[in-house]
Amino acid sequence: MFDLTLTQLADGLERGDFSSQELTQAWLERIQREDAQYNAYITLTPELALQQAAQADAQRAAGQAGRFTGLPIAHKDIFCTIGVKTSCGSKMLDNFIAPYNATLVERFNTAGAVMLGKTNMDEFAMGSSNENSYYGPVRNPWDTTRVPGGSSGGSAAAVAARLAPAATGTDTGGSIRQPAALCGITGLKPTYGRVSRYGMIAYASSLDQAGPMTRTAADAALMLQVMAGHDPRDSTSAEVAVPDYTAQLDLPLKGLRIGLPDEYFSSSLDSQIAAQIQQALRQFEALGATCKPIRLANTARCIPAYYIIAPAEASSNLSRFDGVRYGYRCEEPKDLMDLYTRSRGEGFGREVKRRIMIGTYALSAGYYDAYYRKAQQIRRLIQQDFVEALKEVDVIMGPVTPHTAFAIGEKNNDPVAMYMEDIFTLSLNLAGLPGMSIPCGQVAGLPVGLQIIGNYFAEDKLLNIAHQFQQATDWHTQSPVKL
Amino acid sequence: MEWETVIGLEIHVQLSTQTKIFSGASTAFGAEPNTQACAVDLALPGTLPVFNENALRMAVMFGLAVNAEIGKRSVFERKNYFYPDLPKGYQTTQLAEPIVGPGYIDIETEEGGTRRVRIHHAHLEEDAGKSLHEDFHGMTGIDLNRAGTPLVEIVSEPDMRSAKEAAAYARKIHAIVTTLGICDGNMAEGSMRCDCNVSIRPKGSETLGTRTELKNINSFRFIERAIETEVARQIDLIEDGGRVVQETRLYDPDRNQTRSMRSKEEANDYRYFPCPDLLPVVIDETYIEQIRQTLPELPDARKARFITEYQLSEYDAGVLCADSAQADYYEALVKQTGDAKLAANWVMGELAKNLNQQDLDIRQSPVSATQLAGLLVRIKDETITGKIAKQVFEILWSEGGNADAIIDAKGLKQVTDTGAIEAAVDQVIAQCTPQVEQYLAAEPDKRGKMLGFFMGQVMKLSQGKANPGQVQGLLKTKLDALLPK
Repeated sequence: MFDLTLTQLADGLERGDFSSQELTQAWLERIQREDAQYNAYITLTPELALQQAAQADAQRAAGQAGRFTGLPIAHKDIFCTIGVKTSCGSKMLDNFIAPYNATLVERFNTAGAVMLGKTNMDEFAMGSSNENSYYGPVRNPWDTTRVPGGSSGGSAAAVAARLAPAATGTDTGGSIRQPAALCGITGLKPTYGRVSRYGMIAYASSLDQAGPMTRTAADAALMLQVMAGHDPRDSTSAEVAVPDYTAQLDLPLKGLRIGLPDEYFSSSLDSQIAAQIQQALRQFEALGATCKPIRLANTARCIPAYYIIAPAEASSNLSRFDGVRYGYRCEEPKDLMDLYTRSRGEGFGREVKRRIMIGTYALSAGYYDAYYRKAQQIRRLIQQDFVEALKEVDVIMGPVTPHTAFAIGEKNNDPVAMYMEDIFTLSLNLAGLPGMSIPCGQVAGLPVGLQIIGNYFAEDKLLNIAHQFQQATDWHTQSPVKL
Repeated sequence: MEWETVIGLEIHVQLSTQTKIFSGASTAFGAEPNTQACAVDLALPGTLPVFNENALRMAVMFGLAVNAEIGKRSVFERKNYFYPDLPKGYQTTQLAEPIVGPGYIDIETEEGGTRRVRIHHAHLEEDAGKSLHEDFHGMTGIDLNRAGTPLVEIVSEPDMRSAKEAAAYARKIHAIVTTLGICDGNMAEGSMRCDCNVSIRPKGSETLGTRTELKNINSFRFIERAIETEVARQIDLIEDGGRVVQETRLYDPDRNQTRSMRSKEEANDYRYFPCPDLLPVVIDETYIEQIRQTLPELPDARKARFITEYQLSEYDAGVLCADSAQADYYEALVKQTGDAKLAANWVMGELAKNLNQQDLDIRQSPVSATQLAGLLVRIKDETITGKIAKQVFEILWSEGGNADAIIDAKGLKQVTDTGAIEAAVDQVIAQCTPQVEQYLAAEPDKRGKMLGFFMGQVMKLSQGKANPGQVQGLLKTKLDALLPK
């Protein structure tokens, strides 16, 4: 049962092979038994899960089941869930029980999904290794001495280790794609605005986007179908029609034009990873696609631009955590300033404080033009590069990460080295484009991810391409755990 | 040395939308603390703002009313600072691209002329909550009901030259926003608050002196007094060899003095940047034109109409139109009585006097236009005299009811019964022999004046109820009959 994909579980529920309650019970037991070695979950919600499962079974019995009814999934602990702790991986929100549901959570509930629990993450989604969680690091199921990537490391590890059939994640600079690559699963960052951000705790509002983390592209299609759509509560969510993602999975790839950015195959890329990517590209050619080199000239500038814009927005977004209304408050504050400085000083972790300080500095009087405005200009250039490139090719492919999963602690004291790991993923968030990571090989027993970048709202195309690849290969079926 | 005062005003106007600028919570005043603050207003993690289109419409109305350019594209920005009643840690406001661009209004000066006050811009923003310092045993309570109430902040150029002009400008803005119906105008509840930037310079100088900012003044009278006080302080300071420091000051109306709140050095770096949760607001000419079509008659136009339609003096029309509710009240009165002059006298006389005494707004008047109209028609049809009318008005004011019932109940009906009046006249003539003799001995052209004494006596005797015209006629006839032939 634990090796079945979300799609297969949906089929099983429809056939009556098992009930949602049986399914949910089994997954809950597995999590309780196995998660100690991965630390993928912050909170398990067994009572709620079984209650939702019973409801789902009743719905099915009444003939009112939809495709998602009764399917268990996990939510990243960045999404507000009514009555359940929503910590965002931070001591600041360790005591925070959300009084409302995120739109995304609401949509899954309406679709009949069962929530198994809330997954671990880098504090406030800031990190590429999941070492920045107040709840301790998540361990990579392929090698528990290594990181799973971040910030959606808990979701990636849970899916890889068969502790959830699928999970939600969020991606501000690669936080879905990078952990998906490092854990050997399928991750999709949709177009900015495709999925509502309401109830998703903001890190960098103009970059944040939620997406599915699954074992297969078909599963991602199933998940995205529930997640995508306009939300009147999020002004930045797009009023663009949502296609039937599953219906397009089987389209042939003949004639597909793939662009390969020179900048993504540069010296910073591990040669063994490059070899795996090349092999995947041969596979696409075998499926009828053609490859051609393209330029994304401003790629290298994405790191400084991102590390101005994201911290700037974060410094403002995280101001609400002040110890006044909810969340962590220091013991016996002497006065208002003491309340602020100690609540925030004690409640936030090191990386969060670092980014708040960078962002505050970048927005300060006299520095705004040199940093924030300049970064926005670079952002537009990066976006233009993609728009131009996507006139000549249908999709862009390349690596997700320059390296495979690194050891826990290895880059923890070198923030810049850590930031450099995101060089292939940040650009997409700056441009607002959709991107996928799918498993395409292994190096020394560790998974390698292939990144597929498409045009705005071309998620259906990305899923189709990924699915066709997965029909022809078996990297996505490799499991780090014995069942 | 002769000094010139230079004043610029920043006026915050609360828009009378049903719901907040970025959330669906109610904006009604006076609810129990924190009962009108939803997840967005409390800045719960993950919440997002959604712009209230009504606030946009109202801001555009204001812009059109002050002859301003309307921003086809306006952008919300975040003004970042920490304060307990600012739940998000930033205020969502507009800076570089406001909804209302440069405009102007004309105000009447003390000398009887007009002065054009330019408006630099007006922008939309959200109000903060309130800190409550009482009842919390040394701690501070936070009420977020007001957080997220839509405001238009109207920033003038430093075009005013006296405290009176500043107050006139504020009154004019008040008249405009209440006429437009975009603000309830209730200053006591903080619906309109004013920051005054005040500086002085030697008369004739073109350079601006260092200014101070007087924060959060919520009455026209206080605007005037605060500025006068501050100007006097600045003059004393400079004439004693000191210099004005740029700072924010608070006006204390109880002591009639201003005191320093914070200096420029202590000012925040607000780190403004465009709010990534809100899209730029883009509107087109059609939208603006549609709003222009819905604009009501504005105070200046109304005043001009009052002068021609009701034959009012420029002054009276100006006073009546200074507050749209007052002008409405007046017009209702005219409609129900058919007497523009009588209505004007009463609104600006008895009614205004009573309102002022109790510091009430005309919206809070205990006597409605209909009630007052009921009284005025009885003056017109001579059921009662003007003097009695004042008594009836006092009763209407304090006890309510309607004029006819009061007149009946108190027996205040004017006496027009000739017999009764004649008896009173005879009685007075009989009792006032010395005055009668003086009257008879006087030169014919002096007698008219002397008639007043007898009038007073007869009215007194009739407790004010006798018809004055009849009394006068009878007195004259009877006294003249005593003259030697």
